[in-house]
This record gives sequence, C-alpha cells and structure tokens, in this order.
Amino acid sequence: MEYAQAVPLKYAIDPDECIYLQKGKCGNCKDVCPADAIDYEQKEIKKTLNVGSIILSSGFTPFDPSKFDNYQYAMYPNVVTSMEFERILSASGPTHGHVLTRPKSSKKKDAENVKAPKKIAWLQCVGSRDMNRCDNAHCSSVCCMYAIKEAVIAKEHVGDDLDCTIFFMDMRTHGKDFERYYDAAREKHGIRFERSRIHTITEVPGTNDLSVRYANEKGELRNEVFDMIVLSIGLESSKQNIALANKLGLDLTPQNFCKTSTFEPVATSREGIFVCGAFQGPKDIPQSVVDASAAADAAGAILAQARNTLTRSPEVVPETNVIGERPRIGVFVCRCGSNIAGIVDVVAVAEYASKLPYVEFSTDNLYACSQDTQDNMVQLIKEKNLNRIVVAACTPKTHEPLFQETLLNSGLNKYLFEMANIRNHDSWVHKNNPELATNKAKDLVRSAVSKVALAAPLAEAELEVNQTAMVIGGGISGITTAKSLAMQGFHTHLIERSGQLGGQALNLYHTASNEDVQEKLSAMIQDIEQNKKITIHLNTELSSVEGFVGNFKTTLSSKRKKKVLEHGVAVIATGAVPFQPNEYCFGQDSRIITSLDLDKKFMDNDPILQDLVNAVFIQCVGSREPDHPYCSRVCCTHSVHNALELKKRNPKMNVYILYRDIRTYGEREILYKEARAAGVIFIRYSVNQKPGVVLSDGKILVTATDHVLDRPVEIEADLLTLASSIIPYKDEKLAKFFKVPMNDDGFFVERHAKLGPSEFATAGVFLCGLAHYPKPIDESIAQGQAAASRSVTLLSQKTIHTSGTVAKVNPAICSSCGVCLSICPYSAPSFLDAKARMFRGKAQINPVLCKGCGLCVASCRSGALHLQGFDNDQIFSQIFALSEAG
Amino acid sequence: MPKNIIGSVLVVGGGIAGMQSALDLANSGYYVYLLEKSPSIGGIMSQLDKTFPTNDCAM
Repeated sequence: MEYAQAVPLKYAIDPDECIYLQKGKCGNCKDVCPADAIDYEQKEIKKTLNVGSIILSSGFTPFDPSKFDNYQYAMYPNVVTSMEFERILSASGPTHGHVLTRPKSSKKKDAENVKAPKKIAWLQCVGSRDMNRCDNAHCSSVCCMYAIKEAVIAKEHVGDDLDCTIFFMDMRTHGKDFERYYDAAREKHGIRFERSRIHTITEVPGTNDLSVRYANEKGELRNEVFDMIVLSIGLESSKQNIALANKLGLDLTPQNFCKTSTFEPVATSREGIFVCGAFQGPKDIPQSVVDASAAADAAGAILAQARNTLTRSPEVVPETNVIGERPRIGVFVCRCGSNIAGIVDVVAVAEYASKLPYVEFSTDNLYACSQDTQDNMVQLIKEKNLNRIVVAACTPKTHEPLFQETLLNSGLNKYLFEMANIRNHDSWVHKNNPELATNKAKDLVRSAVSKVALAAPLAEAELEVNQTAMVIGGGISGITTAKSLAMQGFHTHLIERSGQLGGQALNLYHTASNEDVQEKLSAMIQDIEQNKKITIHLNTELSSVEGFVGNFKTTLSSKRKKKVLEHGVAVIATGAVPFQPNEYCFGQDSRIITSLDLDKKFMDNDPILQDLVNAVFIQCVGSREPDHPYCSRVCCTHSVHNALELKKRNPKMNVYILYRDIRTYGEREILYKEARAAGVIFIRYSVNQKPGVVLSDGKILVTATDHVLDRPVEIEADLLTLASSIIPYKDEKLAKFFKVPMNDDGFFVERHAKLGPSEFATAGVFLCGLAHYPKPIDESIAQGQAAASRSVTLLSQKTIHTSGTVAKVNPAICSSCGVCLSICPYSAPSFLDAKARMFRGKAQINPVLCKGCGLCVASCRSGALHLQGFDNDQIFSQIFALSEAG
Repeated sequence: MPKNIIGSVLVVGGGIAGMQSALDLANSGYYVYLLEKSPSIGGIMSQLDKTFPTNDCAM
C-alpha cells in the first residue's frame, strides 16, 4: 500500500521485492492475513478491450539527478530532490511534516545529528534547460513555482527565521496569480532570489552541511554554506511513454513528448488517439486539467452517436427514514495532515464533541476526505445507527458534496449534514495562538452540532435541461467551443459583439511552431459557418440574463432589435485586448510599434522589414508592473519567434531583445535556444532601471544597461517593438448577468484554480480563452474544448436536481401581502390560484426557481416563510450555542 | 446508429489528467476503462504537499 489515503485502499505485493515470489521462502503475509486475501498464484492476465477511442495521460517522470556527479545527490544526505522535499513537508510524509536534515546513516551517532535546518537553498533547472549534462533542452514549466511554494511552506513549518534562497536563471511565474505569489515570496516572506546557476555542491568536512560557490549578479564570487539543498528537478518523458508511443506509432517531439499541433492540441499523429497532461509537454496541474477535459471532448466528439450505449447507472442506496427519530450525531474532526492538527488540538476537540448533546460518536481523522475515511464513515453510520453527521474540517465549498455523497451511500438524506470550518476560519488564521484556536474549534463544532440536531431530510426538485448552448465571444476559443458542442450533437448559439469572427487571432501572423494563423483561422470560421447546429449572431450583445443552470433565458440585442434565447448552459469566451503602451515614446514615431503591429507587417510583407539594421524588442511593457501585476504569458515566446522571423528575412540584421526574465516555458525554450544560436542578442533589464527611449534627430535611441558588461549600451533602433501586455475587458455587466466573480486584474475567476479551470462556481456557466488569463492559441483551443467538455457533462443529462435548501411557505400564517413576490430576483414565489382547493391567494414557492438566497424569508412580516436547511430555529440555536461558554 | 462506433474510451494513466478525462467522459455518457500501472490512482499530484497559489492541500 503506497499511503493511507490511496485509492483504492488495498495492499498489493510488489513481485520484484517479494521474497516468496523471488525465492519461494517467507510467506509471512499469508499466515497473518485474517481475511485470507493473499494469493501467490495470481498471474498476469491479458485482456483485450474494444474501445472507440484512446486517451493517453501517462504523465511524466521526475528527472533523476543521481547521474550528475557535481551535485552528489546520491552521496550527500542533505541534497534532496524537490519531490522528496514535498514529502518532507507533507504531514503524511516520513517526518510528519517536520522539516529536518537527514542522517548520514541509521547509526545512533548520525541520527543524533538530525536538526531543523536554518538555511535551505533551491537549485533551479536541474534536468531542465541543460544540454551539457543531460539532453533536456526544454523548460519544465513548473519548477520555479513549486520551488517558491516549497520555500514559503518550509518557512511556515520551521519558522520565520529559516533562511531560504532560490538560485535561478529566469524566474518563470507565468501562470494565473503566480506573479503575485512570487512578489509576496520576495517581499512578504523574505525569500532570497539569486540569479546564478550553481555548478558544484561540496560537503563541509566533518559535517553534513553543504557548501556552494557561485558568482552573483554583480559577478562577485561567493561561498555559502547551507544545511540542506533542494534540487528542483525537471519533468521528462518516461521510457514507458516512449515505448508506448512507438508501439502505437505516434510521433514524438525531439524532447520525447507526444507531438501535437497548435490547432489540435490534444490530437496525436494517429486518428482516434488523444493525449493530455505532461506526456504532451511539461505543464502544471491546471493546464493538465484543461487538457484532460479537452481530450475527453475530442474523444467524445467522434463517439457522439454511441453516447449512453455502454454506460450503466450506479446503484442507489435506499434512504432511511429518520423523521421522528431522536438525533444520533456523529462528529468527525479532520487533522488535514498538519493543516489543522499543527495548530488545533484535534484529539481534544473530538473528545469535547463526544460530550455534546445527542452526539453518539466522535473521532479524529488524518484526512477526513480520503477514501479510507469515507468507507469507514459509511461503516460507522450503519454500525452506530447515526442519523446526523458533522465534519469539522475545511470548507464546504470544496468538500461538502463529497461528504454528502458518503451520507447518501450510507442511506442518509444528504441534508442531515453540517460542516464546521476549523481550517480556513481557524487554524489558518490563528496559527500563532494554538490554545485559542482549539477553543474556537470547539465552539464551531458545538454550534454545528446544535444546528444539525434540528436538521430535517430535504427533497430535491428535478428539472429538465434545455439542450441548447450559448457561447459568448467569437474568438478562437469561442469558435472552438461552439464547434465542439455542435460535434457532440448540441445546438449552439455563438454571440459576437463585433461584425466578424476571429477575435485577437485575426491580428496574429504565425504560431510559435510556424503554422499560418490566418489560414487555419479562416478554415475554422468556414467550418462553423457551414455547421447546421451552430447559429452565429454577429454585432450582438447581451441585454439581460434570467434563469439558472439548465434553463437560462438570455435577451440578445442587435441593432436595436431584441431576441430571447433559451439555453441550458453558457460559455464565457469574451477574450481580452492588447494594452496600448504609454511609455517608450509609443505613438510618437511610426517605427515604434506593438508586437501585433509587427505581426501585421509580416502579414503585409512590409518591405521595410528587409532593410532594418537594428531591430529592438522591449519586453514586459505593461506587464509585471503595479498597474498590471501579472505576466502576460505569451509575449516572450512571441518576441523570440518574431526575432527569429526577422533574422530569417535578413540574417545580417541586428536583433536585440530587452527583457526581465525570458519565459519561454515548456518546449518553447527550444525557440529561445534557436534565437541565441541565430545571433539574437538578449539584454536583461530590471524594473527599477528600465530601458530609455529618446527620439533625437529622427533617430530612435534605446539605452539599457548590459547585464554581462554591467555598463550602459545605446542602440539606434530602426524598428522598436513593444511587447505590450494583454488586458481584460473587465466586463462588470456580464459578471453580474451570470453572477460570476472577477479578480483584481479583471480576469474572470474560475471555480477552482487547479481543479476547475474551465468553469465557474455558478452552475451551468463555463469559461475559456483570454477572459480567463492570457494564453497562446494552443492553450486557448484546449480550454475551448475543455469548456465544451464540461458543458456536455451537463447537457448530456436530460434532468438535473436542484438544491434542497429552498424557501417554503407555511400558508396558514401567510397574509398574502406579496412582498416576497416583489423582492425575489428569481421569480420563485407566486400566489396560489383562485381555484386552488386550499389556501387560495396565499404565497407558494416554486422550488425549481428558488436559489435559497433567503431574501423572501427575511422580508416576510408574518414569519410564514422558512429557508429549509437554514431555518430560524437552526440559526438561533447556532448563535446561542456560540454564545455559551465552552 | 452505425454499428461500428463503440461508446467506450480507454484512458491510459490515472493521474490528475487521466482522472479528469475519465470523469468528463463518464459524465457525458461514455463507458471508461481507466488504466493505471501502480496499485492506486492519483499519480504525482497525490505525492505533493500543497498547491500554489492558494496553498490548498493537494490530496
């Protein structure tokens, strides 16, 4: 068994290590297993599956640094890999989350030398961006961010005085909200960033401390001693991946990742076989999740006719009737590894809970959400005859559905459940005050127990799902979503505010892998124009949105004409715009242009491009600055690619790129390497010392401080390209229509940064493209497909269930005043018909329309309205329970 | 419906990407075979401690 939270939670024998299987001796496990589950006779079975399509998601293998003798990873105990450091930080890891140096051997003398480190260093790009010592020319995309995270969390575990240093070449924090994390690590957490590639690690004689010698940015040689060094190892394709690809006859990239194209980012070279995750290229979790949905969409699109032919319905556990029963409450207190238990005394909280009224059973769990705990919970509910459950753990936002499913599996109505958030509301915010945090956890549990005791089983209304989709935004991602949905068999309306489809892609020349964007784009547009399942609405905007998941009613307005569209889901693909620079003399000379202007010149084959002597690019114009503190992700690759294009047109041209960090992540790094080989000159500048641009006698003079020479250089530019940032529309109206949030920068906020990147927390509303975050075409297309896939999971169901937490009227005391009718934003209340058998003219609530917001309940002067699951008596008992001394 | 289209998909690898593909497909009406070489699913992500930028627990 790999770890206590493994799914499935079963032991397995490793045949390579088993003494019995290898030598025919031992057999201990068979003797001791009470379930008689050990069977040494099991043989490998070969099965043949007939499937309609295949998705390869076989991942990556972490780079093995033991082949590098200069880091002595295999020899020095305190040189660890980043994967090992993740385990050291983890509460379920070997040190239970305590950061400790490692003993040289298991001898007692060595074990006594184990200490909490005071100084830790991270070495970036181990097994990435390195052609000298390994053949991995690519950037692994994720190591910069995970190193920062590990450093921040190490400081959380060890204490603020832990000295953390990250040695790096370029800091690549190009993902959503990553730049902020980097800024906070530097400014708030005091993590030191040192731009230097470490050549060798040596051990300080007589100790296990590690010494490194490096040149800092000023070129000064330094010696520094650390207690521990973490090698930020890269991602590479495993041998099995390569063998699998060869067996299936798939093309690989020179870096041995699965080859795909920009416009079909999850399609392999073989029809019907798709790829997602890190086998397609080094990438982080959100991008893997986007790809995964995209691959599901691509596989689904070719099988749409066979939908529901092979699926089976899960068995439903019949619901136990608990009405009239005395409450028998079970309380489960989660440790969340050390997330909660590191601060809150969870054993004391569980012990305290056991003495509360109606509590029959209480316990603590390492991870309440893990499969083993879930199974155990079902068992306990049945065994102890529990009829109400409290889980004291994290947030119901992410985990309530999981626990509710556990209730369903044990035959309980899912509304007989309450969560106490002792992590986000407690251990995270009171980490300096464990005693008070424990008391607060007790208070929160007491309050939850008092509420759940009054909980009643609730019924959910069933409603039909309108099978039509609406996609807002006719750029490349919106076009992709519409096409995917149509291929999966759903009628789709594509809404575009301008008079033309294509969005920002209309301004682009070539992709980073040299595909002609205009040619591909016009083929895509033609394709959807001919698709009978797609209705395109140009020059159209939204003027109102009513309804909810499965049944939206959107009013479209076009040239003062209005039209109502009924649809089951909505996809927001409204894109973003290029920033118009307000520095570097932009607008004062026609030779100072933006990246998109340069693309236009390429498309027009502008003759001026042939005769340039000096072409200069300035990066991060309007990105990573106080006004737009995020990285625009695409500009480095765009400029490097355009620099190569200029060199191709005129190899004699001098091309300079002035940059802060080059962020050619993943296999885009190869372009950066090509550009250097082609003679493109890269000059780094810092944000405190930005390049100067002056216009003098008709010349464009660019000055910058060369980081190698450490002296100012002046370039007379014939063409100055500003890599300007991507900025969002900040469409407040749209955000309000669908009740979806935007972040401080104005990009829409997805359901979950890692696990729900292409959808909103609002059910039935999905997200893709630049409206989510700046991204290149391949990622926009993947997310367009992902949004389609997520939509299809809803559209392919004929009916869905609404929440049981809805308002209910007690007609006997309703005074028919009508306030609820006027106040409800969802039109859920109405008056009972004059012909009704009873309670004519009294209010009633349509449970399908009700969203459980509680407005009507608060406004009812007669006290006739109740919000089920949040009834007055429940809320009051919670408040009274809180006000009691613990 | 043409007989030669099979409404099932083989997903090779049970890490975060494979699981997400499998879930999407199963919820869209396709039968999924999820293949994993190790005894449990979850892949590399289940070995991670917390995830950036929210510092959420990776489990």
